[in-house]
Amino acid sequence: MIAVIKYNAGNIQSVRYSLERLNTEFVVTDNPEEIKSADKVIFPGVGEASTTMAYLKDKKLDQLIVNLKQPVLGICLGMQLMCAHSDENNTPCLGIFPETVRKFTPANHLKVPHMGWNQLEAVNGWIPRKLENQFVYFVHSYFVPLNTFAAAQTSYIVPFSAAMQRDNFYAVQFHPEKSALAGEEILRSFLSV
Amino acid sequence: MLTKRIIPCLDIKDGRTVKGINFLALADAGDPVELAATYAQQGADELVFLDITATNEKRKTFADLVKKIAQQINIPFTVGGGISSIEDVGVLLEAGADKVSINSSAVKNPELIDLLSNTFGSQCIVVAIDARKRGNDWIVHTHGGKNPTPLKLFSWAKECMNRGAGEILFTSMDHDGTKTGFAIDPLTKLNNLLSIPVIASGGAGNKQHFAEVFAHTKTDAALAASVFHFGEIRIPELKAYLLEKNILVRGTQPI
Repeated sequence: MIAVIKYNAGNIQSVRYSLERLNTEFVVTDNPEEIKSADKVIFPGVGEASTTMAYLKDKKLDQLIVNLKQPVLGICLGMQLMCAHSDENNTPCLGIFPETVRKFTPANHLKVPHMGWNQLEAVNGWIPRKLENQFVYFVHSYFVPLNTFAAAQTSYIVPFSAAMQRDNFYAVQFHPEKSALAGEEILRSFLSV
Repeated sequence: MLTKRIIPCLDIKDGRTVKGINFLALADAGDPVELAATYAQQGADELVFLDITATNEKRKTFADLVKKIAQQINIPFTVGGGISSIEDVGVLLEAGADKVSINSSAVKNPELIDLLSNTFGSQCIVVAIDARKRGNDWIVHTHGGKNPTPLKLFSWAKECMNRGAGEILFTSMDHDGTKTGFAIDPLTKLNNLLSIPVIASGGAGNKQHFAEVFAHTKTDAALAASVFHFGEIRIPELKAYLLEKNILVRGTQPI
């Protein structure tokens, strides 16, 4: 059973529908026991870092997530919150990845947010090889710089981490649930780790 | 590299897709869920659904339709039409929409933009602007293009951005339905003025028009309706053509 963590995130519905399209059994829950006993956990996220961290702390989901032992997938803001710190309203985050989330500075007429379909480069680890140079859908103004945990990178203003992994923690900056067939491949890849 | 987006727009009236010519004369163009799924399979990058008969009674019907669309398609989509409050947006995002577009209600109450972007995040708030050229000015119109306002396109677009709009969807009413190409001049200016994405709308008649708007302006996405609904332009052919012209778009080849 997959547990999708239920909290004030914007994309829970789309994650739910994408799992339905993949015929995966799942439950959307904020019940600690249900989350702890799930085979895999998905930590979605669309929104702002400080309010979301405050919400997670209030519900004591912050400690729960950090201590999970099964594979956990963070999506978009979920990935950013797995880092140590976010520049978005100077927010201390979960600290699973020892990285700092930075804001894009508009440059060379490149606009912020980074919104639309961009390419996966240098894919490795849990991101399937055949997705090298394939396009996925991004919507974000903050990014995780390249680091040793990157499983794919994408270039926009600067090269940044499109996907990461550390131990049982997996993360993607883009939205696999909105990334057509490439996104479905990535969700399948996580579901089969 | 970030690609340019191709966005079919579906105008929804009583649960069916329709497309007016210059905002008038409605012709039926089919079941929106079926059309949406077809476009997603063909490689559309995003979809827009506008509820053109939005009333409070019909809002629930539209939310049900949004849910069906969200269940079926695996690409992002925006919904709009008659949205004027936090509650309206909450219902549509909860139904599975990725973004909402506001138009007349933002003109009437500009603070709505701040309120919505602070509540839901600017990434999901699109401000749609309909404008037509009168003398030297592009005049903003509301209510499906019926009512002229004192606002001018460029200053209004900038205000929308400063208030937290995540994207601007600009429709040139002078070009809409004419199939003579997008409004290159105002789009050039708009893109130079704004640091948020701009979606061009109004005037698409053939593949060259899409190449033109991307080659000559910094427009991020191009939207069209009837040329897609009536099969005059097929998305895979359009994308192959744009790639030939060195305009980067997401290919539609299988993985």
